[in-house]
Amino acid sequence: MKLSKINKEKIRELLENKERLDGRGLLDFRELSIETGISSKAEGSARVKLGDTEVIVGVKIDILEPYPDSPDSGVMMVTAELSPLASDEFESGPPGINAIGLARSVDRAIRESNFIDTKKLCIKKEEKVWGVFIDIYPTNDAGNLVDASALAAVAALLECKIPKLDGEKVNHEEHSNKKLPLNTIPLTVTAYKVNDTFILDPTSEEESSSKTKITASVTFNKDEPTIHGMIKIGEEPIEIEQLLDMVNKISKQAKKLKDKISKSKK
Amino acid sequence: MAEKFKRPDGRKPEETRKIEAKVGIIPRADGSASFSFGKSKAIAAVYGPRQLIPRHLENPEKGVLRCNYTMLSFSVSERMRPGPSRRSQEISHEIAKALEPAVLLDQFPNTVIDVFIQIIEADASTRCAAVNAASMALANAGIPMKELIGSVSGGKLGKTIIVDLTKDEEDYKIKEEKAATDVATAFLGRSGKLSLLHMDGDLNTKELKEALELSKKTCLNIVEIQKKALKKVKEK
Repeated sequence: MKLSKINKEKIRELLENKERLDGRGLLDFRELSIETGISSKAEGSARVKLGDTEVIVGVKIDILEPYPDSPDSGVMMVTAELSPLASDEFESGPPGINAIGLARSVDRAIRESNFIDTKKLCIKKEEKVWGVFIDIYPTNDAGNLVDASALAAVAALLECKIPKLDGEKVNHEEHSNKKLPLNTIPLTVTAYKVNDTFILDPTSEEESSSKTKITASVTFNKDEPTIHGMIKIGEEPIEIEQLLDMVNKISKQAKKLKDKISKSKK
Repeated sequence: MAEKFKRPDGRKPEETRKIEAKVGIIPRADGSASFSFGKSKAIAAVYGPRQLIPRHLENPEKGVLRCNYTMLSFSVSERMRPGPSRRSQEISHEIAKALEPAVLLDQFPNTVIDVFIQIIEADASTRCAAVNAASMALANAGIPMKELIGSVSGGKLGKTIIVDLTKDEEDYKIKEEKAATDVATAFLGRSGKLSLLHMDGDLNTKELKEALELSKKTCLNIVEIQKKALKKVKEK
């Protein structure tokens, strides 16, 4: 979002006093809602709302030839389209660096945490494996698309059903009862640096005041966090200590999300 | 534990592969350099500051640093399709952001400094070799910089924290399970700040701290190697 300098300065001034325009604490997430099964043709789908930010994710599953370097593993691919429907900042055309970055961040979260057990997606070694295509479509950008997208991808995968096989062919009209083979849920959280303050889940105004962010995915073994896949995006360099502080804040929020998700499942 | 551990090529955990750094390898360019970690070889050329095309990207407040990272089609075992991929675009962007804090871009409003990087041969850690080559090429082009940028991959093999992973090490497995983590980093030579971070695999927070500290130390050594290579050209 193109922000006036006055607005940017106001946001920074507030953050220095640990305040935000919408009254939240620095590390508070906006209200989160997850809805699954929003498109029945998809093998799995979800809509996530994080405040006003809204993202739709659909998963399609198909048979493919495996990659030569992993002949007995299924294939996973993530794409993201930043359609001009979701923001006046987005333009039509081939994916730009922001769309690529978003897709790659979600890809990293799922791949590096081994969320999808791709070894179990092999149908016939060197010939046929299941391919899982995760496509991300933000429908309203009000900041922090990456965390919303990762949550939506995970939610869509959780409810994913593998399609039926009619002999050699995939029958996309009918889903089997077989769920995707999945491991521990990765929780992806991004910490945004604004001057020397770190915030979570920014609105788009806050996001455009931030020059650097760290996205990481976390899983928990009991309460011990492990970081899977992490990236720094943006132009500001940071101290090692600052990074560790950000990772710590990310882990704490990931824990909260995990508890929330496991509560809602019960 | 640490004594028993052996890397596939016999290196110590904190030891990089053989580093070669050369400056001024592409005479036509305003600045150029090559850098290699063993078989991971990068060359970089800098052109500019020059007029930015398309002109609507011009920034009246500061110059634009544009990077283009390419793996040559024959640099890996299976031929790589020429042209940009999502991976190469993400890496190009990451490299630009890794270099940017060191360059005094506000001295060149409305212009672009182009950095072209090619990977001639790839054996993992290519983006780190690329950052090192680009850092020297920028200095060689006479672009005003606050500091040089050193880059190395760090991470974990089994339970040992190491630097400069090879492809063999990235693919390291224990009982069929992936057991390697690599964290590409770049540190600024003077301030010691982190300007590039990209982690694949997993670490706990203690391991992360240890890996970053070892990588920082290594990066600062690499900056000294860059300085030596830059001085060598000046003497000629």
